[in-house]
Amino acid sequence: MRVETKRQPLPPRERLQQVFDIQDLTAIYGSKPALKDVSMGVYRNLVTAVIGPSGCGKSTFIRCLNRMNDLVPGFRQTGTIRYHGQDIAAKDVDPVAVRRTIGMVFQRPNPFPKSIFDNVAWGLRVLGMKDNLPERVERALTQAALWDEVKDRLKASALSLSGGQQQRLCIARAIAVEPDVVLMDEPASALDPIATQAIELLLHELKSEYSFVIVTHNMQQAARVADMTAFFSISRGEEGDRWGELIEYDSTEKIFTAPSDKRTEDYVTGRFG
Amino acid sequence: MSAADVSALQRPNDRLRRRRVVNRGMELLAWLAGALGVAILGVVVWSVAKRGASELNLDLLTKAPVPFAIGNVKQGLANAFVGSLVLVGLATAMALPFGILVAIYVNEFAPRAVRNGVGLVLDVLNGVPGIVVGIFVFGLVVVSHGQSAYAGAIALAVLMLPLVARATIEVLALVPNTLREASLALGVPRWRTTLGIVLPQTVGGIVTGTMLAVARVAGETAPLLFTCSLAGTSIDSNPGHALQTIPVAIFELSESADPADHARAWAAALVLLLFILFSSLTARWLAARSRRKLGRAT
Repeated sequence: MRVETKRQPLPPRERLQQVFDIQDLTAIYGSKPALKDVSMGVYRNLVTAVIGPSGCGKSTFIRCLNRMNDLVPGFRQTGTIRYHGQDIAAKDVDPVAVRRTIGMVFQRPNPFPKSIFDNVAWGLRVLGMKDNLPERVERALTQAALWDEVKDRLKASALSLSGGQQQRLCIARAIAVEPDVVLMDEPASALDPIATQAIELLLHELKSEYSFVIVTHNMQQAARVADMTAFFSISRGEEGDRWGELIEYDSTEKIFTAPSDKRTEDYVTGRFG
Repeated sequence: MSAADVSALQRPNDRLRRRRVVNRGMELLAWLAGALGVAILGVVVWSVAKRGASELNLDLLTKAPVPFAIGNVKQGLANAFVGSLVLVGLATAMALPFGILVAIYVNEFAPRAVRNGVGLVLDVLNGVPGIVVGIFVFGLVVVSHGQSAYAGAIALAVLMLPLVARATIEVLALVPNTLREASLALGVPRWRTTLGIVLPQTVGGIVTGTMLAVARVAGETAPLLFTCSLAGTSIDSNPGHALQTIPVAIFELSESADPADHARAWAAALVLLLFILFSSLTARWLAARSRRKLGRAT
């Protein structure tokens, strides 16, 4: 099976501005490496998809990009992640400041048990972006294509929304604080096809303003939304240990139509995974 | 499965019969144990109610005791009720913030080793007998400053602390991690996340734990004997004085030679019982409510 990709051609590599420059990233939980020696760049105003089978370290990888793994006991990482030249994996970098500019949307919608308005406004208030609060909330909700559905009930609990609406609310919450990059960890895996389509349309709309890194195990989704695609897979050592590895990273077009690695081809054609 | 297998299901089977008998026997034992627990509570409540109900009236709740009363003088135990309220209120004011802070540290900030250590310490503290806490506060406060409601409240607060902290740790652990991550991923610092997102989810549980702790210490006598027992008979709410309390009043009245004092002791015991029953029920109701709220959040 081939997945058709329809997109405007990528600008040449040298015209792209690098957001992340990741070198030899290895992530370890306790004594088990989850990810070994990942090196790749992430470019500005593009959607970069990370695909691969379960357990290949996709989620671990993007959680490294905004230091969310710091919250996991026993987690360590080596290598460098340069974000606009600054190594954010370094010990002396404040993870709070990192997350301030690199936002994240999670697999399951996780709105706060507050009103719709307060969900978006919470981050703005805490981060001191209190001027024009209602306008900022409206803009974020509009960008997340949710405004028309909720404008008459901003005071209602966010938990009264449907799953797809909740996920768009989470996207609105993430972009309201004007991040530079938005990381998405399988943002549509808990949603139905229509809600999924709404989110994919959003990515197309918003990538002129933000850079996205999206983890997905849905290849068609990667083919539809991503400009660049990274394929991760599981490698096995001699003693039964296993870890995730970056196999191939290229334009989505190339990954899905003419992959250079046999493993990538097996995966995108459905022979494996 | 063949037909022969099915007929085997109906054949009498000695092992099966034995299992059934053992099962019945264990069921009966468990039922009896449960019934005994309920019966003991029933007997306690009934005997206290029977002996105390006759003296339970407005005078008991509103009038101070009259020492060396001759004849039919109307007297009550209002001083003890006021004193108990002051002591328990003060103890709660001391234990609640401390307990919540301990719980927040343990659940939100501490590394795992510290978390287990503090949990163990809280359990040990919970097991320290009231009289030991009483002696400790006696040595710490009473020797230098004399008895007072403050001293008594400190002793009660020491007993409340592990209860409040434990209850708060439990409800904090119930708050889904995805909420913390959602807030932290916005670049919100840990402490703001804890205050603004995590704690509001746990208010119901904290109130419940506090109510149970209040119910527990309201009946404590031992820690007050050394710290807040040499009280006057007038109605007083100055925490700088030693105040009479319900449990201490029950203890003293029960040693009196006057049968009327005994009746008042029973009535005071009944009031204490009703108070504890009421706060337990309130706590259960609040707990159910906060669980419903948390359920919607996940």
